[in-house]
Parts: sequence; structure tokens; C-alpha cells
Amino acid sequence: MALITYREALNQALREELDRDERVFIMGEEVGYFGGAFKVTDGLIAAYGEKRIRDTPISELTIVGAGVGAAMGGLRPVVELMTINFALLAIDQIVNTAAKARYMFGGQTKVPLVIRAPQGGGHQLGAQHSQSLEAYFVHCPGIRVALPATAADAKGMLKYALRQEDPVMFLEHESLYGLKGEVPEDEYLVPFGKANVMREGKDVTIVAYSKTVHDALKAADILENQGTDAEVIDLRTLNPLDIGTVLESVKKTARAVIVYEGWLTGGAGAEVASRIYEAAFDDLDAPIQRVASADVPMPYNRHLEAAALPSPGQIVAAVERIM
Amino acid sequence: MYRLAEDELLEIYRLMTLIRRFEDKVAEMYTRGKITGFCHLYAGEEAIAVGALHGLYDKDYVVSTYREHGHCLAKGASPRVVMAELFGKSTGISKGRGGSMHLFDPVLRFMGGYAIVGGGLPIATGLALSIAYRGDPEVVCCFFGDGALPQGAFHESLNMASLWKLPVIFVCENNFYGMGTLVQNAICQEELYRFADPYKIPGIRVDGMDVIEVYAAVSEAAARAREGKGPSLIEAITYRFRGHSMSDPAEYRSKREERLWQERDPIKRFRTLLTHERRIAPSVLDKIDQEETAVVDDAVKFADESPEPPLSELTKNVYVEE
Ligand SMILES: Cc1ncc(C[n+]2csc(CCOP(=O)(O)OP(=O)(O)O)c2C)c(N)n1
Ligand SMILES: [Mg+2]
Repeated sequence: MALITYREALNQALREELDRDERVFIMGEEVGYFGGAFKVTDGLIAAYGEKRIRDTPISELTIVGAGVGAAMGGLRPVVELMTINFALLAIDQIVNTAAKARYMFGGQTKVPLVIRAPQGGGHQLGAQHSQSLEAYFVHCPGIRVALPATAADAKGMLKYALRQEDPVMFLEHESLYGLKGEVPEDEYLVPFGKANVMREGKDVTIVAYSKTVHDALKAADILENQGTDAEVIDLRTLNPLDIGTVLESVKKTARAVIVYEGWLTGGAGAEVASRIYEAAFDDLDAPIQRVASADVPMPYNRHLEAAALPSPGQIVAAVERIM
Repeated sequence: MYRLAEDELLEIYRLMTLIRRFEDKVAEMYTRGKITGFCHLYAGEEAIAVGALHGLYDKDYVVSTYREHGHCLAKGASPRVVMAELFGKSTGISKGRGGSMHLFDPVLRFMGGYAIVGGGLPIATGLALSIAYRGDPEVVCCFFGDGALPQGAFHESLNMASLWKLPVIFVCENNFYGMGTLVQNAICQEELYRFADPYKIPGIRVDGMDVIEVYAAVSEAAARAREGKGPSLIEAITYRFRGHSMSDPAEYRSKREERLWQERDPIKRFRTLLTHERRIAPSVLDKIDQEETAVVDDAVKFADESPEPPLSELTKNVYVEE
């Protein structure tokens, strides 16, 4: 095992896949000479050159659309959107083409395109730069949605994304890039659709993904001191969604809290809650709780921003409501 | 130059000086942790905002980007409320909700800083539509960077504004870089003003370090727009004296290049013009320098002492509440 950051893990995954498969190339704003806005692609242009590491103009719609076309043309593009907020300029190509081409054309084509984008709030970047938009993509059939929470998953899931055949929204959290974690030395993949039980417990199930996994783990520590034994599950991918692991846990604990950073209303956690109610209503001893971002555009002021975001304290409070 | 009276020239000098001092102070406050988030400074580009807005009336509208402190101050905003916004205070120009990238003041007709590259152009086009719809005499001045040209929104806005002869002036601040990317690595046509041609509108390139040249070009474009002849594209060549944002050391630029542009400092240049050609005493300008330093210090004090927005107001203004 090696102790590296989430950022380095992503960088390693990209290098290994660039080495393995000549069809893999990267394009996006500032991914080359600048090394990526969050330095994920640092050093790649020196190692792989301008053909495979391509700086693009600020043209999100066409960067993603060209990624779709290149994928249909037989390549394995990794498109980096500087942040998820700019995916909104490209949502036409994501939803109307990437996610639909295979089905709409009767299974005769495929779009093995990986769209990487950092997301999330907490840095006082204001309303247009702090969003978590996974729900937009989870709503749409035909595109996978992956949100690694640890360095090991960042690497293994990105490598897996580049081996499977469907388009993927690969959503990284801006607050996790500096997070260190143990990463296996040998080659490994983390397949989609397999949730990770990060902590076992018998009293309540806390379901999370991306950065909120860490909030949930902090909350579990606090709860432990209060005598509540929480199980924490990292969903890892929202499409495919490993509801089986969640249901198994809920059968044991009879209580569930779902935590996500997107807006509360219509968030991906609502889908998880529905699936639990549909399949395990009788197992529940209390109503499912959600902890998410307040339904507001993100305010700049630091106190307001902190109040708008989910926190370990809110998770503890949600658990206390149903214990 | 010769059409401007001495008091106008001094006002131009004062505004450019204010913006430079303001931005220098913002950098200091950022380093001290009083300002956070993304913060993009306008130092070096002052002649564009000040020149352009001197060519317009108070009732004309401005739309800008995330690098908009200078435009907002040139439009007449009090440095106090702009600084307070950067401090995230409730007295800020956007009540502490927007921050550096999202200044707004409807009374000044400063219609917002937008942080999505290219996002301001359709807004400006729509504001111009509202003016034309009512038959009002105002124009919209829309500032954006070279980085916006590869966006569809740029092309779609120029086409629509031209098609409908809308009163909007598109001012492209070409500072040669969009973050770390040189214009020639992002745009197939480096002479950005030529993008006016396919949209059948006037396109002109001006020296964005020369406040009078910017003023003249915008005045002309405004007159045309007010006559119902539609939009213009002005490309102002400029240089940002600092990194893209407070977190960018700008390692992609050579020290030599930076020095060459520092020599073309729009404020120093204008000062020389005033003292040499208009025979204005340096002491008059020194006094303005001191006054603006004091104005900025006062803005910091105001911002520092202002209250935080109350937590109880987190959900206020998501919708219009009666
Ligand atoms: C749609 C979109 N894509 C990417 C970004 C990230 N970004 C912020 S500023 C910037 C560069 C813009 O350069 P330019 O338009 O030349 O303006 P300047 O900063 O030079 O004033 C980029 C890529 C963004 N804000 N919006
Ligand atoms: Mg630029």
C-alpha cells in the first residue's frame, strides 16, 4: 500500500490507462500545460504530448460533444470539465447524445466517454461555482454516475470507468483532492455498482457518497460516544445503484439516514429513500431522514454557506430524531 | 482627448486610480484572510472600464464578468459597498450573498458580474431587447474576456443582437490569456474584432491601455446603438498585471513580458499625458492619489465594521416574497 492523495490517485489512474490503451486521450480546459485547474493532470503533457493531452478552448458544449463523437469514432476520450458548474453548458450533449446514442440507434453504437468534473461547495465560491449536480445525471438513463470518496476508490473507479463501455459522469469532490489514503501498489479496478460498508454498526444505517461519506464517518464517531452504533455505507456509484447492500444494512438496523451535498429537494438521496421504502418498509422502525444542502443558491458569506451545507452535526441530529 | 474638459480628465484619472488602489488593497485583504473564495483583480485593465463608461450615461446598463470590481466602481458604486461585499457583509452591494464574482446594483444599472465564461452576453442581449422593446434611449455595455469567444453564447448573442439591431456594445477585454491559455492556442482568429464581420456589425480593435481611445470607440458605438443601428464589437488590447485570480502565480508568463506591459501602465501613461500635454500640475494628481488611498482605507474600515448577514435569512430571496 502507498499513502497518496485523491488527486495523485486520479493522476496515476490516468497514466496507467494512457499507458495501457493507445485510444485513451484527455481533453479539457487547462488540462495540458497548466496541469488542470485542480492539478489532476499535472505532468501528463510532458509524458504523453499534445496529441493525447489536449488543451481546449472554453467551449464546454463542443468539448463534450466532440468527446461523444470521438468515442463513437472508436477512441476512449477522457473529457475534463473544469468544474461541474460548466457541465450545464454541455448538458445537451450529455443528455441528448451521450446517454441516448446507443439506445436510440438500436444498440448499434456505443459511447465509452468519461467526463470528469470536480464539484461541491465549502470554499466560498458563491452560487455559480459551488454546486453538486449528480441528481441531474442520475435522473437520465443511459449514463453512469460515479462519485469516489477515497483515494483508493478514485484510482480504481477511474480505471474501471475507462474499461467499461458506457458514458460516465465521474464526479470528484473539490474538498477531497488533498485527502490522503492507502492505495494498493498492484493494479486493481473498483467495479461500479458495489457499495462499500465503511463502518459496521447495528443501530442506524447512514448512507452517503462523495465527501459526505467523511461527514458520516465523523458523525458516527460522535454517535459512538453517545452510545449509538452507526453503520456507514458509501454508495460509490449512483448509477448503477447498489440498493442491495443498503437494504441488507437497513434490515439489520431498522433505521436509515441518507446524506448528500446536492439540494435536498429532488436530490439523489430521495431516490435511495424511495427504494428503501419500496423494498423494506416493514423493516423500518422510524421514518427515513435526509441530510442535504438547503434549497438555496449557495451564498458567499461563510456563515451562511456553512449553514447551507450538510455537516456531521446535522447528521448526528438526524440520527437522534429517529433513535 | 481634446474634446474632454480638465475636470473630466481629472475624473477619469481619479477613477482609474481608485480602481488600482482598491485592487491592491483587495489583494492585501485576501492575503490576510478577510476576503475568500475566487478573487480576480482588474489591475492593468482600468482604462477599459473607465474609458468605456465615460462614454456612456448613468442610465446606460453594464453587464460584466467575475473580474468586475473595476467595472462596478467605474459605474459609480461606492468602494465601501463593494469592499463590504468582498468581506461577505450584509452591507455589501449584493448583501454578502454574491461575493467578488457577483456584484450587482440595479440603481446604478450595474446588472451583474457573471462567473460562467460567456454567460453575460445573452443577458446583455436581453437587456438591450428590453430597451428596444420599450423604445428607450439607453444602451447596454457588455464586458467579457477573450476566453468567451470560443463559447456559443458569444456567437449566438452577436447574431441575435445584430439581427434585431439591439442597442448593445460588446467590449472584449483581450488580455492575451484565458487563465493560462494564450489566445492563439484557443482561438483560430487572433484578431478578435474580426468576429464582427460575419455578424455584419462594426468591429474595431483599440489600445485598451489608452483610456481616451477606449472612450472614443465606445462613444461612437453608443451613438450608433442609440440611433437604432444595432450592436458593435470593440476589442480592447490589455494585460492583467496579476495572475488570473488570487491563487494563480501566473507562472506561464515570462517576467520580461510582464515588465514590458508594466511599462504601458494605463494610469502612468495617462498621468504623463495630463502633466505633459495638458500641463496639469503633478501636485493636483498627487492629491487625487492621496484622496483615493484614503477612500479605500475608509472602505476597508466600513467593511470590517459591518455586520454579517443573519443566519435566519439563509432562505430569504430564493423567491419573490410578498
Ligand atoms: C463556462 C466556463 N468555463 C470555464 C470557466 C473557468 N474559467 C474561469 S475564468 C476562465 C478564463 C477566462 O478568460 P477570459 O475570458 O480571457 O477572461 P480573463 O480572466 O482573462 O479576464 C476560465 C476558463 C468558467 N468560469 N466558465
Ligand atoms: Mg483573458
